[in-house]
Amino acid sequence: MNEIKYFDHAATTPLSREVLDAMMPWLTDNFGNASSVYSIGRTARAAVDEARAQVAKAINAKEKEIYFTAGGSEGDNTLIKGVAMAKRAKGNHIITSKIEHPAVLETCKQLEKEGFEVTYLEVNGEGKISIDDLKAAIKPETVLITIMFANNEIGSIQPIAEIGAIAREHKILFHTDAVQAVGNVPVDVKAMNIDLLSMSAHKFYGPKGVGAMYIRTGVVVDKLIAGGHQEKGKRAGTENVAGIVGMGKAIELACENMAENSARITELRDYYLAQVEEKVPYIRINSGKEGFLPGTANVSFKYIEGESLLFMLDMKGICASSGSACTSGSLDPSHVLLAIGVPVEVAHGSLRISIGKSNTKEDIDFLVDTLVNVVEKLRAMSPLYEDFLNGKYII
Amino acid sequence: MYTEKVIDHFTNPRNVGELEDANAVGQVGNPVCGDIMKMYLKIENDVIVDAKFKTFGCCAAIATSSVATILVKGMTIEQALQLKNKQVVDELGGLPPQKLHCSVLAEEAIRKALADYYIRGGMDEEEANKLCGVEESACDHCEAHEH
Ligand SMILES: Cc1ncc(COP(=O)(O)O)c(C=O)c1O
Repeated sequence: MNEIKYFDHAATTPLSREVLDAMMPWLTDNFGNASSVYSIGRTARAAVDEARAQVAKAINAKEKEIYFTAGGSEGDNTLIKGVAMAKRAKGNHIITSKIEHPAVLETCKQLEKEGFEVTYLEVNGEGKISIDDLKAAIKPETVLITIMFANNEIGSIQPIAEIGAIAREHKILFHTDAVQAVGNVPVDVKAMNIDLLSMSAHKFYGPKGVGAMYIRTGVVVDKLIAGGHQEKGKRAGTENVAGIVGMGKAIELACENMAENSARITELRDYYLAQVEEKVPYIRINSGKEGFLPGTANVSFKYIEGESLLFMLDMKGICASSGSACTSGSLDPSHVLLAIGVPVEVAHGSLRISIGKSNTKEDIDFLVDTLVNVVEKLRAMSPLYEDFLNGKYII
Repeated sequence: MYTEKVIDHFTNPRNVGELEDANAVGQVGNPVCGDIMKMYLKIENDVIVDAKFKTFGCCAAIATSSVATILVKGMTIEQALQLKNKQVVDELGGLPPQKLHCSVLAEEAIRKALADYYIRGGMDEEEANKLCGVEESACDHCEAHEH
């Protein structure tokens, strides 16, 4: 077995040791239900509240504006459907973008079946929406704007503060899926006029299956999960105390070390892009630098297909991801790559790497060296590459 | 998701490359769908004496091409025309449902190569295609892209 070289931090991150240590007592001796009145219940409640304060601080919210969930998908579903249902009498129009995560897109599709109208804003070649398009899409019936903070495939960061200002001016609620952003880039719900936000702990070295929603004071959201009175009746279910504690610790650490990690990771990403550009011909760089997440780089290797590329890399212990149709589980390659204007045949050969805090320059060198070999090997067996070399296929 | 056989044929594809003295060549698929298979056959006295391939596509596409070349080597033209994608799938110990079209592509590439053999021998293209069961584009995958 090869040593694992992990370049898929946008998919998930390893739990950090300190986070695990913080969680352990809540998985063992302190097993009480946070709703119970006796001592081990009360200590669990105190731990949940401390984590709530840690999460609130990280995004400049108040503690009472934070609600724990079982992850990013749940947050997106709850907030989008919850606003739609609560505002139904006022209007039925929602504005989103074409490059949202499926947790948002599929939720919007469900709402379309329920009689809502959804505008999917186009993005430019850099994966950014246009503020003019947004303004033009607003109607009297618009009740929600939901635009992701940072994209999971190419890392583009949207003009969140501008969107927030426009939403506020028009008295429309603004939700952002900040799953890829929180812990990686500064997020300030007050300064950015964000009304609703979803995040997920496993993207910042916390545990999987735990997340949080921010709901600005005064905003009414119908609940998705009905039941007990947990989370002030907005999200029923016995609290995942260990997970919540882990999330609190993880977000605190991520914010403490953000500037430092971000600088290092950005440098590694730029080094990767420069190396790939220098050493591998016929590529298309699908992601950018300024205004993008620090660790995400998306590159298409022409004339080869992404899934076979991923498996070849896997043979060398390298973990990464692709936007090819074969990996997206549909007939078409990534909707994000298509939306930014990547030709379909080029999108099939895309590779996303997402760098994390433990990656080193040596890791990048190993990745690039392996890519040089693997891309060459796959091109050698590609009839498309042969046609390209013979001038019979141009893209 | 893939059997060990698939992984084996993907990592060590047999008969990969161009066959210099091929007298039957067939290519199917297209870059938009994300898979293209090109089969090169050398036929002597109605027997396939050599076979090679080039493939652009996923692991399953590469593995099915590899297995298909092994299967057809030594077959008569008639036998090769009887080859069904199921044999290719069985040989690989199965394929995930969404990858079955790759095995169909392999079967089609062989048919197309055999039709090419007849066309080179002077047969009318339409007749050769009919004889070898070459259809316009049987790839439901490609058809799904049209709309
Ligand atoms: C942008 C974005 N939104 C939502 C999610 C879903 O989060 P989770 O896996 O915690 O449900 C992800 C994670 O893949 C994501 O990247």
